[in-house]
Amino acid sequence: MISAAKRDTLFGFVIRFLAMTSAGIMFLVCVFVARESWLAFSSGDGDFQLTNLATDDAWNPAGQQFNLVPMIVGSWLATVGSAFLAAPLGIGVAVFLNYYAPRNVSWVVRRLVEMMAGVPSVVYGLWGMSVLVPMIAMYSPLQQGQSLLAGILILAFMTVPTIIVASDAAIQAVPASYIRGAAALGMGRSATIWTVVIPAARLGLITAVILQFARAIGETMAVLMVCGNIVKTPNSIFEPVRTLTANIALEMGYAGDHHRSVLFLSGLVGLAVVTVFMLAANFLSNSRHPST
Amino acid sequence: MSSSLRRLTFSNALSAVFAWGCVMVVGAAACLLLYSVIVAGASQVNWEFLVSEPEDSGRAGGIAPIILSTVWIIFVCLLTTIPLGVGTAVFLADYSSGSVRLASWIRTSLDVLGGVPSIVFGLFGNAFFCQALGMGYSILSGGLTLACMVLPIFIRVAESAIRNVASDHYQAAMALAMSKWTTSFRVILPKALPGLLAALTLGLARALAETAALIFTSGYVTRYPDSIRDSGRSLSVHIYDLAMNVTGGNDRAFATAAVLVILLLIINGVTYWVARRLQ
Repeated sequence: MISAAKRDTLFGFVIRFLAMTSAGIMFLVCVFVARESWLAFSSGDGDFQLTNLATDDAWNPAGQQFNLVPMIVGSWLATVGSAFLAAPLGIGVAVFLNYYAPRNVSWVVRRLVEMMAGVPSVVYGLWGMSVLVPMIAMYSPLQQGQSLLAGILILAFMTVPTIIVASDAAIQAVPASYIRGAAALGMGRSATIWTVVIPAARLGLITAVILQFARAIGETMAVLMVCGNIVKTPNSIFEPVRTLTANIALEMGYAGDHHRSVLFLSGLVGLAVVTVFMLAANFLSNSRHPST
Repeated sequence: MSSSLRRLTFSNALSAVFAWGCVMVVGAAACLLLYSVIVAGASQVNWEFLVSEPEDSGRAGGIAPIILSTVWIIFVCLLTTIPLGVGTAVFLADYSSGSVRLASWIRTSLDVLGGVPSIVFGLFGNAFFCQALGMGYSILSGGLTLACMVLPIFIRVAESAIRNVASDHYQAAMALAMSKWTTSFRVILPKALPGLLAALTLGLARALAETAALIFTSGYVTRYPDSIRDSGRSLSVHIYDLAMNVTGGNDRAFATAAVLVILLLIINGVTYWVARRLQ
C-alpha cells in the first residue's frame, strides 16, 4: 500500500500526462498531415513544385497534372455563398428567440435547432440529393440539380445552427442596463434590437460567422453528395463544382505517390485556414470576456 | 410627427417580419428534413432489416453487420475518450492553478482541434493509425480517429461539469484532510457524474454522426467484423455508399438514415434530460 502523499503525486503526474496527450493530438495531426504532404516535393524526380498546383493544365492525377485552382474556387464560392445565407438567417432566428418568440415557441425552436445541429452531414447530403437537387433541376436553366447552388443551400442549412447558437449567446450577453437605458429613452423594440443590442453584440456575432465559415469550409460529405463534383471553375451557380474536401474524399481511396501527397496538401491547406479562423474566434471571444 | 410615427411603426413591423420570416424558413426546412428522413425511411425499417445481412450491395437485406461494426467503432472511441477526456478535464479544472500557461496552451490546442474538419481527421487517421502504426483499415483505426475528434467537445463539457461542483465540497474535503486522489474520486467526480454523462452522450452523438473521418480509416467492408483489427463499415458510411455508389440504393439509404437519426434523437433526448437534472 503506497502512502496517500505518494499516491497524490502519482495522480498529479498521471492527469498531467493525460492532459498533455490530449493537447498533443493537435500536434500529431499537423505533423502527420504535413509529412505526407511533404512527400510530393521530396520524392521522385524532383520536378514537382508548389507552383504546379496553380500552373498545371488541369486536374488529371493519372497524367501527373495537379491544378487545384478550380477546387479552391469551388470551396471558396460554396463557403462564402452559404455564409451570406446563413448569417442573416441565423442572426434573425437568434433575435426572434430573444425578442419575439412566445415562451413555448422559443422552447420548440431551440429543441429543433439542437436537433438540426446533431443530424449527420451524410443525412443532409442524402436529403439534399433526393429532395433539394430534383427541386433545383426543375428551375435550373441547365436542367440539372447538382450544382454550386445546391451546395450553398445545403451548407447554409447545415451551418445555420452554429450561427444561431453562437449569436443567441452573444445577444444574451448584452448587459441588461443597455436595454433598460434604451427603454428609458423611449426606444421601441425594433430600435432597441437594431441600434442597441446588435451593435453591442457585434463581436459575438462576428465570432458566430467565423465559426460558421470554419465549419462550412471543412464540410465534406454533404457538398460531395449534392455538388456534382465536376472539376471546373463554375460560370454560374447552376453549374456543378468540386470542393477541395470533396476531392479528398473522392480520390483518397486509390491515390498514390504524388497524387496522395497533393490530397494531403489540400487537407493541410484546409487545416491551416480553419486553424486561423478558430484562433481568430478564440481571440475575439477572449477579448469579449477579458476576465477569462 | 405622424410621418415619423408611421416610420416607427413600419420599422417595428419590418423587424418583426424579418425575425418571424427567418424562423419560418429555418423551421420549415428542418421539419421537411425530419419528415422526409423519418417518414420515408422509417416505413422500410422493420425487425428483419435490423437483424439480417445486406444483400446485392445493400439494395436488399438488412444492416446487422453494419450495426455491429458501428457498435465496435463507438466502443473503441469511447474507451479511449473517457480516460483521456476525464483526466484532461480534471487537470484543467482542478490542477491547472500551478501551471496557468500549460493549461492555456492545452485549452487553445483543444479549441483548434475542435475545429479541424472531419476529412482532415480522416487523412490523419489514415497516415497515423492505418499506416504509421500499422493498424490498416480497421475498426481500431476508425475508433481511435473518432476519439481524437470527439475529445475536444467531451473535455469542454466535462471540465465545466467539474467546475460546477460547488466549492464547499472542495473546502469540506480539504477540512477533512482528504488526499487529492480521494477528493477527486470520492467527492468531485461522483458529484460531477451527470455532467460527465452529458459529455459522454454528446461525444457519442458526434461519433455516430461522423462519416468523412471513417471512410479511409475503418473502411468499407459490409460483412460481420471478426475482431477490432478487421475492417468494418459504420451506419453513416453505409448511407454514403448506398446513396453515391449503388444505383437504386436510395431507399435503403433512407432506411439506414432513419435508424441513425432516430438513434441520435434518443441520445439527444437523454442529453437534454440529464442536463435538466443538473440544474
